[in-house]
Amino acid sequence: MGTRLGKQTIRLDSHPVIQSWAAIVGAKEGQGPLSRYFDEVVEDEYYGEKSFEKAESKFVRETFSKILMKGEVSAGDIQYIFAGDLLNQCIAASFGVSSSEIPYFGLYGACSTMAESLSLGSMVVEGGMAERVICITSSHFCSAEKQFRFPLEFGSQRPPTAQWTVTGSGGVMVGSAGDGPRVVHVTTGKIVDMGITDSNDMGAAMAPAAVDTITAHFTETGFPHDYYDLIVTGDLGSHGKNLCCQLLEGNGINIQTCYDDCGTMIFNENQQTDCGGSGCACSATVFAGYLLEKLSKREINKLLLVSTGALHSPISIQQGDSILTIAHAVGIEMTVN
Amino acid sequence: MDKKMTKKEYMEWSQKEAPKTKKGRNMLMAFLVGGTICTIGQIINNLLLDAGMIKEDSSAVTTLIMIFLGAFLTGLNIYDNIGKVGGAGASIPVTGFANSIVSPAMEYKKEGYVMGVGAKMFLIAGPVLVYGVVASIICGIFYYLFR
Repeated sequence: MGTRLGKQTIRLDSHPVIQSWAAIVGAKEGQGPLSRYFDEVVEDEYYGEKSFEKAESKFVRETFSKILMKGEVSAGDIQYIFAGDLLNQCIAASFGVSSSEIPYFGLYGACSTMAESLSLGSMVVEGGMAERVICITSSHFCSAEKQFRFPLEFGSQRPPTAQWTVTGSGGVMVGSAGDGPRVVHVTTGKIVDMGITDSNDMGAAMAPAAVDTITAHFTETGFPHDYYDLIVTGDLGSHGKNLCCQLLEGNGINIQTCYDDCGTMIFNENQQTDCGGSGCACSATVFAGYLLEKLSKREINKLLLVSTGALHSPISIQQGDSILTIAHAVGIEMTVN
Repeated sequence: MDKKMTKKEYMEWSQKEAPKTKKGRNMLMAFLVGGTICTIGQIINNLLLDAGMIKEDSSAVTTLIMIFLGAFLTGLNIYDNIGKVGGAGASIPVTGFANSIVSPAMEYKKEGYVMGVGAKMFLIAGPVLVYGVVASIICGIFYYLFR
């Protein structure tokens, strides 16, 4: 039934299993270093649809189908969907899974949605409320730019701290039985506000949230700092990653040798993304494409996924509010003691 | 995280650690791109004058042609790349103004011609127009009072 280890962390004693996973990405991500790990690379930014929003929903729909197919189950075998995205009222996720007729929880955790949905899905499975759930999220560069920044064809310069919203969708199916990577710990983030107001500097805004959650995870589990083979943050980018490392060191946590960030992993440096990738799909596609593959092949055995999110909106920014941030951590292990 | 760091200290520290804007290169590119756009305008103006147009008309027609070029290049998905390189050099000339109106019109076409194109067309240019008109009214009043 799960054991509470502290204010933020619980241990899932039944170790819910990640039974299948899938990631579909856009063309630019397909040119990045992780290209061969994705299930599909879609060259058309409209994905054959009429708008970017509809395209993003199609990313969700196709990824969802792929998860079912790879898990060799049908939609009727799934008890819950936990899904979210960046668009207002989470339309990409809702339209994406609307035809599945599965009980659905729509989530908004901004770019932290992958770890958020995985946390909740695993807890529901741990509690015996479901046999199988799907946790899925998406983002699309074009729909995110439209909602949060400028029209695509507007000729403006990106500041060097900017990041590039990943186009794609990633998701997993979590179940109570079977072989595969197991969800063992969940550390739920608190909202952190360090006063950053620049929406083009998300790395700096979100780094303290990642630090807060990682610190809480190690404090509450009592794990040595080298417990995990790999700790990945969601989308801090190169700037946020640097800040996160230094802040963690200040807290006495030295994880530099086993730490990386999905935002810096998904693109090559010459792809002109400035500080790297961002968006819900950043940690979702790197996790469901690359990291779960590495886990299932036992190239890594213990992974701490720390998806980071910025809980702002264009309205809160225009009203002068600072960017609230959050990070959720999920500890995933292949061999459980 | 480090509880000792205040918000202000964190902001200063994170800005110090942030990658820096390449100011020299950006200013040079703005100069070159802006200069090129203005030179093209000047060439068009001179050609119009050579063709026998009077100066007042040629200025207006040149502006029209430049606005058309800006809108046309936006439609061809080219102007955003010029803007990326040229910065203010591409956004301050009238071609940039055309870009700022055409780009949201293109983007919001999916939301229809009324609430999409019509309502969102001045998303970026709106403030320039509003405060431009306000400034010209104030200037007009001063001109009327003190000429």
